Amino acid sequence: MATLPTDPMVPDPYRVGQVWKETSDTFTLALEPADGAACSGFSPGQFSMLYVFGVGELPISISGDPEDPGRLIYTVRSVGQATHALVSRKPGEMVGVRGPFGGCWPLAEARGKDVVLVAGGLGLAPLRPAIYQVLRHREDYGRLIVLYGGRSPRDLLYRKELAAWARQPDTQVLSTVDYGGLSWRGHVGVVTSLFRYVRLQPARTVAMLCGPEIMMRFVTRELESCGVQAPDIYLSMERNMKCAVGFCGHCQYGPYFICKDGPVFPYSKVRSLLEKHEI
Amino acid sequence: MAEKRQALVEAGQIERLIEVLHRRGYEVVGPTVREAAIVYDRVEKLADLPVGWTDEQEAGSYRLKRREDGALFGYVVGPQSWKKYLHPADVRLFSAQRQGETFRILSNPDPPPPGRYAFLCVRACELAAIAVQDRVLLHDRYRDPIYQGRRDGIFIVAVNCTQSAATCFCTSMGTGPRAHAGFDLALTELVGPDHHRILIEVGSEVGAEVLAELEHFEASDDVEREAEQAVGRARSQIQRRMDTTGIRDLLYSNFDHPRWDDVAQRCLACANCTMVCPTCFCTTVEEVSDVTGDHAERWRRWDSCFTQSFSYIHGGSVRSSAKSRYRQWMTHKLASWIDQFGSSGCVGCGRCITWCPVGIDITGEVGAIRGATASAGENDHGNT
Amino acid sequence: METLERIVAEHPFFAGLEEQYLQLLAGCASNVRFEGGKYILREGEEASQFFLIRHGKVALEIAAPHRGRLTVETLGEGDILGWSWLIPPYHWRLDARAVDLTRAIALDGKCLRTKCEQNHDLGYELLKRFAHIMERRLETTRFQLLDVYAAHK
Repeated sequence: MATLPTDPMVPDPYRVGQVWKETSDTFTLALEPADGAACSGFSPGQFSMLYVFGVGELPISISGDPEDPGRLIYTVRSVGQATHALVSRKPGEMVGVRGPFGGCWPLAEARGKDVVLVAGGLGLAPLRPAIYQVLRHREDYGRLIVLYGGRSPRDLLYRKELAAWARQPDTQVLSTVDYGGLSWRGHVGVVTSLFRYVRLQPARTVAMLCGPEIMMRFVTRELESCGVQAPDIYLSMERNMKCAVGFCGHCQYGPYFICKDGPVFPYSKVRSLLEKHEI
Repeated sequence: MAEKRQALVEAGQIERLIEVLHRRGYEVVGPTVREAAIVYDRVEKLADLPVGWTDEQEAGSYRLKRREDGALFGYVVGPQSWKKYLHPADVRLFSAQRQGETFRILSNPDPPPPGRYAFLCVRACELAAIAVQDRVLLHDRYRDPIYQGRRDGIFIVAVNCTQSAATCFCTSMGTGPRAHAGFDLALTELVGPDHHRILIEVGSEVGAEVLAELEHFEASDDVEREAEQAVGRARSQIQRRMDTTGIRDLLYSNFDHPRWDDVAQRCLACANCTMVCPTCFCTTVEEVSDVTGDHAERWRRWDSCFTQSFSYIHGGSVRSSAKSRYRQWMTHKLASWIDQFGSSGCVGCGRCITWCPVGIDITGEVGAIRGATASAGENDHGNT
Repeated sequence: METLERIVAEHPFFAGLEEQYLQLLAGCASNVRFEGGKYILREGEEASQFFLIRHGKVALEIAAPHRGRLTVETLGEGDILGWSWLIPPYHWRLDARAVDLTRAIALDGKCLRTKCEQNHDLGYELLKRFAHIMERRLETTRFQLLDVYAAHK
């Protein structure tokens, strides 16, 4: 049992350091502990509950570098009242932070293997800490392959970083969009179509997926047809969440609580659930 | 407990029991009659209990009736359960105050009541329900300090059932009608033509101390036999059955059973079953601001998996049909709970059957999914 | 020709084809090269070829009302471009534009479809391979239609 010194439902005060506009509706916020307190550490794949005064609280994946000790970074898409309020915070304003919560990407298990990260839309955000981690400890891993699907070129996150990662040794970064205009020189098509351009070595591959559930279903099928085994495929799942500590019941997914049993699951554990509608 | 300690008291000693508990600083809560139902509330004196009342329950129906005797505990469970006190329906988690551009978090959750609770008249199924909520809120990965603050040091007076309602099925769930553990004192009420006595079993040291303050007698073998028969009466009155053999796999493997469509035709998704269930623990958290917008509070409130908003993620609700919500509730209660917390989430109290406005019967639904016509025949009350 | 024959024979699309058919295909093949920005084929024009892309990137485009020209899919190294040569009325249904300098092997579809009519075994082998491509395209198009990354406000 993780004995928490304080009430797990009471947030710590953080201040907005910087805000970056990623796309027309998506922003990245850097949060620093207010009152000079120590910033909580995290593992790639974990999430926090972010509280906006007078509005409410949201589960948001941490999208920053786990070895950047001074701040926590979140990429948030403004899709409703609470997310809008969150991305509208100006530097210096306060946000409450609880967490980090949940398990992490299997970066320890992936040592010595090729790491294939498949992201859809905002799903690149929770995978970015894993990319930082692999690049920082490059010699511990085989190839790094990042396959990223988005709606249109202007909906892609971290475009400069994608280009910078692609220049790293033993690293392949491919992005694709559902629809491209004439000025887009990259790939067009669904993310699964990118598998044509990578030569997977299935026996020494660990795949980590994050994106809409239906996208992950398509990708798991593709990975399996490439010979990657279910236990080597990991998915980050999402459900409604109110507490993040297993009390509110909202994030139940079959026998699991996404907050404490996930959000990262081995595909073999959730395969039968992914096929079920309205579970 | 090395030896079973028990004693006999006259029924009137319950007045004294309430006094002793008060004197020891407990806030005594127990059954009282209000708005034609037995609900839990403060008990100051014996007359606050539903003396001489009983209840008649059926799927979708609950009535109080006068008894012919003056029994103190001659009824079973009503619409409320002890989660009312241990896991309250509304509780403030913290508040926050705006200060210019920022705000300050005031870590001030609702304090637990100043005195410890003494629960008077906790049925065996309810002891099981408290144990279930203990596992969820205290003994899993995280610990709920609100629950713990209210749970620690409570005094539990259990009452063994000597009658059962038509909606009871504790025997199927292995929780009753007799309390075996988890109490300080357990009472068995014995009402005869010329006597009205209570056999008290001691379950803890504090319980022994409290008993010592009552005027008590040694319980003879005859009295023990009478108590055994009284509990046996409750056991034999139980009409509903739920076959729990392999129930986890049964429900997991019947995700697409047509019965879910059938029950969805009847279910109003009103959430009554989750509100009356003594183990349902789901909550939501709401932001409450004052008119100035300078003061905000976070309130935790009971929530129900029967609402649309419960499973909402951007784009819509995961469980948008009533069918999927009923399936989630029942599958969680009877199957995934076992994976999550090592036991069933159902204690067989029957509240969800009684308080369902359309009389949906969880035992009947399980029977239908099992396709056990035998159990349906045995269970005439199944809403089939 | 020696090289073309080898490239055709080693392409996964033709894996398992009988030697005589591979020779026939190689006989219909020629090397082609498209500068970036150049159209390889145009909607409505007669479809008389198909292409094995060896290098580069090709955009399949549709002119969409109010949205201008949209790229609906890109193809690259190893991909097959074009099946309208096989199916009446043998007209292209899309535009295909080389995004970057693209090298490919063009196969004479007109000649091949005549051979297919004469030799149904060859016809079946080719149709089976193109059906696989069509099935993949249909599946990915369905996935694309779901617009899974859209904001649902």
